Amino acid sequence: MKTLKRLAAAVSVTAGLAMAGQAANAESVLRVAMTAGDIPIVIGQPDQGFEGYRFVGYNLYDTLTLWDLSQGETAADIKPGLATSWKIDPNDNKRWLITLREGVKWHDGCDFVPEDVVWNFERISKEDAPQFNVKQFGMIRNRTGNIDKVEVLGDHDIAIVTKTPDALFPYQLSYWYMISKCRLTELNNDYEAYANAPSGTGPYKFDKIVPQERLELVKNEGYWDKGRVPKHDRLVLIPMPEATTRAAALLSGEVDFIEAPSPDTIPRLESAGMQIVTRAYPHNWSYQLNFVDGNFKHKEVRQAANYALNRPEVKALLNGYMVEGYTNVPPSTPYHGTPSVKYEYNPEKATELLKSVDCYPCKITLAISTSGSGQMQPLPMNELVKSQLDAAGFETELKVMDWNALLDVGRPGREKNPDIDGINISRALQDPFSALIRHVYTKQHAPKGSNWGHYSNPEVDALIDEIYLAFDPAVRLEKLTKLHELMVEEATLLWVAHDVNPRALAPNVKGFVQAQSWFQDLTPIVVE
Amino acid sequence: MTAYIIRRLMYAIPIAFGVSIVCFALVYIAPGDPLQTILPEDASEETIMMVKKAYGFDKPIPVQYAIWLGKVLTGDFGISIATGRPVTDEIFKALGNTILLAAGAVLVAFTLAFSIGTIAGYRVGSFIDRAVTGIAVIGVSVPNYWLGIVLVIVFAVELNVLPATGMGPRGSDSFNIFEWSNFRHMIMPIVTLSLIPIGIIARTTRSAVAEVLNQDFVETLRAKGLMETEILLHVIKNSLPQVLAVMGLQFGYLMGGSILVETIFTWPGSGFLLNKAILTRDLPVLQGTILVLAIIFVATNLVIDLLQTAVDPRLKRS
Repeated sequence: MKTLKRLAAAVSVTAGLAMAGQAANAESVLRVAMTAGDIPIVIGQPDQGFEGYRFVGYNLYDTLTLWDLSQGETAADIKPGLATSWKIDPNDNKRWLITLREGVKWHDGCDFVPEDVVWNFERISKEDAPQFNVKQFGMIRNRTGNIDKVEVLGDHDIAIVTKTPDALFPYQLSYWYMISKCRLTELNNDYEAYANAPSGTGPYKFDKIVPQERLELVKNEGYWDKGRVPKHDRLVLIPMPEATTRAAALLSGEVDFIEAPSPDTIPRLESAGMQIVTRAYPHNWSYQLNFVDGNFKHKEVRQAANYALNRPEVKALLNGYMVEGYTNVPPSTPYHGTPSVKYEYNPEKATELLKSVDCYPCKITLAISTSGSGQMQPLPMNELVKSQLDAAGFETELKVMDWNALLDVGRPGREKNPDIDGINISRALQDPFSALIRHVYTKQHAPKGSNWGHYSNPEVDALIDEIYLAFDPAVRLEKLTKLHELMVEEATLLWVAHDVNPRALAPNVKGFVQAQSWFQDLTPIVVE
Repeated sequence: MTAYIIRRLMYAIPIAFGVSIVCFALVYIAPGDPLQTILPEDASEETIMMVKKAYGFDKPIPVQYAIWLGKVLTGDFGISIATGRPVTDEIFKALGNTILLAAGAVLVAFTLAFSIGTIAGYRVGSFIDRAVTGIAVIGVSVPNYWLGIVLVIVFAVELNVLPATGMGPRGSDSFNIFEWSNFRHMIMPIVTLSLIPIGIIARTTRSAVAEVLNQDFVETLRAKGLMETEILLHVIKNSLPQVLAVMGLQFGYLMGGSILVETIFTWPGSGFLLNKAILTRDLPVLQGTILVLAIIFVATNLVIDLLQTAVDPRLKRS
């Protein structure tokens, strides 16, 4: 009997240990369905827009300054990344003194050293450097174009000299990914080979890629930020451009996390117990206007268009998944300020304004797309906007085109399309330059920059010049706020909606905090 | 027969050449810049020009075509702008995945459609005929993307018995058709893809069989005292050229992959690749994929022509 009891005890202990071992060995996997049509490239600067940055860029790699994505109450701002601190040289306002983080290792085991930053700069700027890549150059040039040179000052210190003074420069550093010199050199600077074995310093390491289908990353146990070592073992990124397919994949348990479910599928997802997370973020669904050729050259017409819009009606169209866009940036942005005008729905005032400049009915042509990255529900939204504008005295023509065709209208600027009064290309407002300056600065007139409609205002230009020289954050914030208020008063865009980017998560996915940003931190996610 | 085959092959060369010109030119006619999607929205003109030069898009289009054709003849379709991977690898990997679906759909559709079409043609006006006509009308009328979504809702979402997406739990690299966990990913796409060919082939077979049945020689066969099964075999043989022509076209369509079906099921085949290339204006992938698919279409038609001739030698003389 005693022997039997011992045997039973031994069996139960062994079974218990085996089960515990199994539990300990079970790999926790987070499977994400992206809206992208393909896996973003992994050789440094990703493609597929900011979705590429969100899922590949900031997971495999780090930038000198990173985004603080740990909370969602206020708009995300930059924080130390591979650089622990940065300051402008007191004797030279074009020279940034940067201290690099110590003890950081690349995924291939090499140490991160200041020379890596110089090498990375040459990778995207020096045509005769063996590591130069023209596509990567093109993809980051708009952020690094102002860099004149990068100097090594010591074991952990560098200086970056800009061509013109730029107080917003630390923001630009947050888009520039550092890749491993060791790995690319070992592969004879062959980017095709590197794409199968990329090496960064990010919280995830590359594991495998099945082209077109999936990218698998694994936890980087040795990540320098111990608070951001992923709480799951494996991250699987799956391109799934069709919204219905993403929802079905989540409902059938094939993925755990989906991007951008269409508003009409959300009730079904909720009824199945899925978590819907949503929050305003710096994403504007608006129209950039032509300030030279057509009727929008009159401030009254621009203001009338903004007063004519019944934004709550647009919100109802989207089942509530938007924030009404009365201003350029969402109210939670630090430099939102308190503009003196608020474009609440007032069709009578709109009509009055149109009549005051003898533009009634006021003919306008808006170029719109049938679909496209970040375009939300372009056709029904544009139809509704048109009906609201027309009800107030506009005569709106919608020029509908394919997304790439619209980009073709957007990039060269109004000069090539003087018959178009506004373009509906939704914009990222991630940093002050993207949110404000590029839309209204004379130096940003398209095709050189994104000031599509060639807005020009000496007062605004002077203020922007001051912002570039405002190295004191408090002074800069004050000036940025003033710029935003001015833009709203000038009605420099026709604002409709701030996207809230809904995401749906399986019930067993815990710990995700949606930041007010295009980028998100997946590392705290626990898959139960 | 050999001379006939050689003659048909020679005809295919100018067709393939014409196709290469059309598919190269078509992608340029469509609006949109190939570098648009890889460069940031505020990339300067100078940056765009530099990248254009690096990719050879600064050269006149006829020069670009000559360079492209020269490479294509050596089997090099260039490098994908979007992914940086060789286009040849991308196309043939995707094509392999599409062939899996196409082969399944061919097997299901051709067998089923030919069988029910023959029965319906043989029993014109009967209940079976009406049922088959109904199936055929549904087959050609129901959009396959709609059917795909409905199947996903029923079998993946509600019943949770079949997977909705992809090529197995670890992707196409480790796809094994003989493993149930992988094979089950093919079921819904195959059923969806089969619907249209079932409708078209069943209708064609029905009318071809019914038409042949009304010909005088069938009466002669009956008068000679042949059994109905033997008569049916004669009828099938005589209706085959017409059915084969339609089957060939359907096979070509299936080999091209369905953009909508592959996108709905996230099946990494040629249709999915084409869709991605269209959206991103990835010209090398777009041109390469269209050319390969067009050549497959031409080749399929050639094979069908030869098969028809083998079945009915009178066609060779015509």
